Amino acid sequence: MNVRLRLFAVMRTTLGRSHVELELPDGATVAQLRSKLAEDYPALSPLLPTCLFAINGNYARDEQTIPSDSEVACIPPVSGG
Amino acid sequence: MIELTEQPIDVGRVIQRVCRPTAGAVVVFLGVVREDGQTAKTAALEYECYRQMAEAELEKLQSEAASRWPGVSCAIVHRLGRVPAGETTVAIAVSAAHRDDAYSANRWLIDQLKVRVPIWKQEHLTDGTSRWLSQPPEGESR
Repeated sequence: MNVRLRLFAVMRTTLGRSHVELELPDGATVAQLRSKLAEDYPALSPLLPTCLFAINGNYARDEQTIPSDSEVACIPPVSGG
Repeated sequence: MIELTEQPIDVGRVIQRVCRPTAGAVVVFLGVVREDGQTAKTAALEYECYRQMAEAELEKLQSEAASRWPGVSCAIVHRLGRVPAGETTVAIAVSAAHRDDAYSANRWLIDQLKVRVPIWKQEHLTDGTSRWLSQPPEGESR
């Protein structure tokens, strides 16, 4: 399946784009997405250990599977306030 | 009341939203852009968010606060875009029957906002450089 991953803040400015497309096996987990992102975009790799991921607007654990057609986002450490 | 806005925050309006005949206490927290960057002065902070999720997380905080402290009413407004030094970045107003709950709920809301809500700030310094900020140390507020 093709996953369109939204990027924000330091992830967005590091790549200079607000989303990337990743090709993952059907039923892939967040952990697999994380590895694939590091593999396809090595520039993001050092930032990934501190990032969380969200599926359809909810924080997702690494073992969670990604439903097809869901909105997936990479959430670097937040700094609101 | 939950709001993410590019406009300056009208604190009076935020307070008004939590005023209730049953409320004997209103506590307001304001986050303000301060000037002291590490190498040069901070000229502005620039905020971006994942809007749909940030609004949802703020709604969750609001309802969690209402179940932790029954009877409290809260309003949270966060600024987005470029905010110059001296201006308000976030306003949280909480009303309750008594001050203990209003203080506790307000403190809990800003602490949770800083770790959960997908909002990010980039610091622009007076020397023209900028950097993304991560969560400041415990107890420090920007």
